[in-house]
Amino acid sequence: MATAADIARQARSRDIRGRWFLASPALVIIALASIGPLAIVMVYSFLAPGSYGDVIWKYSPDAWESVFLKRDIFDNSLSLADAHLSIFWRSLRLSFLTTLIALLFGFPTAYFIATRSPRTREIWLFLVTIPFWTNLLIRTFAIQELIRNEGIVNKLLIRIGMIDAPIQMMFTDFAILLGMAYVYFPLMVLPLYASMEKIDFRLVEAGYDLYATRWKVLRHVIMPMTRPGIIAGSILVFIPTLGAYVTPRVLGGGRNLMLGNLIELQFGQGRNWPLGAALSMTLLAIVLLALMVYVRFAARTGGHHHGQ
Amino acid sequence: MASRRAFDIRHQTGFPVVALTCFFLLYLPIAALVVYAFNAGASVAVWQGFSLRWFVTAWNNEQVLDAAWRSFRIAVCAAFIATAAATMAALATTRTRPYRGLNAKYAFINMPLMVPEIVVSVALLIFFSRIKLATGYTGLGYLVAAHAAFCIPFAYLPIRARLEMTDLSLETAAADLYATKWQAFRWVTLPLLWPGILAGLMLAFVISLDDVVITEFVKSAGQETLPTYMLGQLRRAVTPEMNAISTVFLLISVGIVTLFFIVSRKRT
Repeated sequence: MATAADIARQARSRDIRGRWFLASPALVIIALASIGPLAIVMVYSFLAPGSYGDVIWKYSPDAWESVFLKRDIFDNSLSLADAHLSIFWRSLRLSFLTTLIALLFGFPTAYFIATRSPRTREIWLFLVTIPFWTNLLIRTFAIQELIRNEGIVNKLLIRIGMIDAPIQMMFTDFAILLGMAYVYFPLMVLPLYASMEKIDFRLVEAGYDLYATRWKVLRHVIMPMTRPGIIAGSILVFIPTLGAYVTPRVLGGGRNLMLGNLIELQFGQGRNWPLGAALSMTLLAIVLLALMVYVRFAARTGGHHHGQ
Repeated sequence: MASRRAFDIRHQTGFPVVALTCFFLLYLPIAALVVYAFNAGASVAVWQGFSLRWFVTAWNNEQVLDAAWRSFRIAVCAAFIATAAATMAALATTRTRPYRGLNAKYAFINMPLMVPEIVVSVALLIFFSRIKLATGYTGLGYLVAAHAAFCIPFAYLPIRARLEMTDLSLETAAADLYATKWQAFRWVTLPLLWPGILAGLMLAFVISLDDVVITEFVKSAGQETLPTYMLGQLRRAVTPEMNAISTVFLLISVGIVTLFFIVSRKRT
């Protein structure tokens, strides 16, 4: 019956066309007001800076060059751009450390939640999610109030006589680390919990039956089973911290920049939009690289990622 | 053996202590922030008695009210646009055999979650400043569009989850009873989908309300939202007025999220 098959095929293609039509508003909004303009950033990174911001429409590789290299003003020789590279390095290091801290504290927390009874589990989970949905700026501000020189922690330490003068915590790398670990902690716990919820505890029992210690069971049974969660959580923390802007701005002050602040600087006081654009594209490239590594890992561990 | 308790295979030494410490530390800064909002003195670290004066100060602060009202308007518009677009997109991407472009749609809708906010901010700053120059329009439309775009993936999530739980049999039954496509959607699909849509709307609203970075870059002169106003104030000496504003803000967010949990837990 060729005609019946034809009708079915026609109906199917009409259905697919209808589906494109239905999806179009979302696709158009995202294309216009989120993803599409990234192409313009790419173009801008190859132009020359205007003297009052914006660009001059003339091809120039200077911005890309100055992301990594700096030209000596006297003899025109090139050397590595220490200032930029050190901020790149700082950002990578701080993001990596934040991820590590979040994992170190997030793992026991997620495990604790996953081993509660189903009813209380929901309450603990809710307690983790609440801060995640509250304003990031307010949470950063809350940390600031705790660790300022005249903040609660210093006041308390002075009162109990542990210190005589306040410890300078604000505007240090410690402050940024603390703030970012605090702010992004829920993003680590949630995927970890999702993978721990599915742990088959008969395997854990088998481990103990074979005289494994608690540590060995943790290391060789529980951790391999939660690997997809560890990877997902790490990537969810690492990516936003790498481009973090608010937390380093509030807690790090003017001197302890991260990549996000360096980019903003080029569009503000720096008045070098092409450089800002080139830095943005570099950040995007690092993030995409991290995501690709994640997809690779997730595919190998057979985690959450859909195969198709 | 000191303890004769049964061996608990789920237990890991030290984990409960770390976990409970984490929960404590998670709420300690927020709790301190809220407590000092009620401080009678001007310090955010020395308690000088209970008072509501900072809430009154914030309430009488013209800039705060103006920024809060603008935040609210943007969040309402962006949440409605995002939820409508996300609902249509969810209908387009669920309950079907895989077709060409389906995975591309998924990926594209979720892309705003993956690109760093600062990069999108910069892109929108450049793009919108061109449009502002070309058209002369400098209204709230840019902020609404930008917010709607990054809210779509958040609204899409619960709606899609809801749709995937309902199969097509009820719609097929409606069609068998000569319901038009629209009637089937209006009287069958939509009522089933409603909790998901409501959840998506609330998430989108909270996400829009909280945004700092994109707003900071996209806003024209005099378009402070509450978060960008607060970011500006943090540079100066802070009084408990900021705590008071934060407390009210927190209350609204937590209220909406709690509501979201209640709505989305009504699965069956």
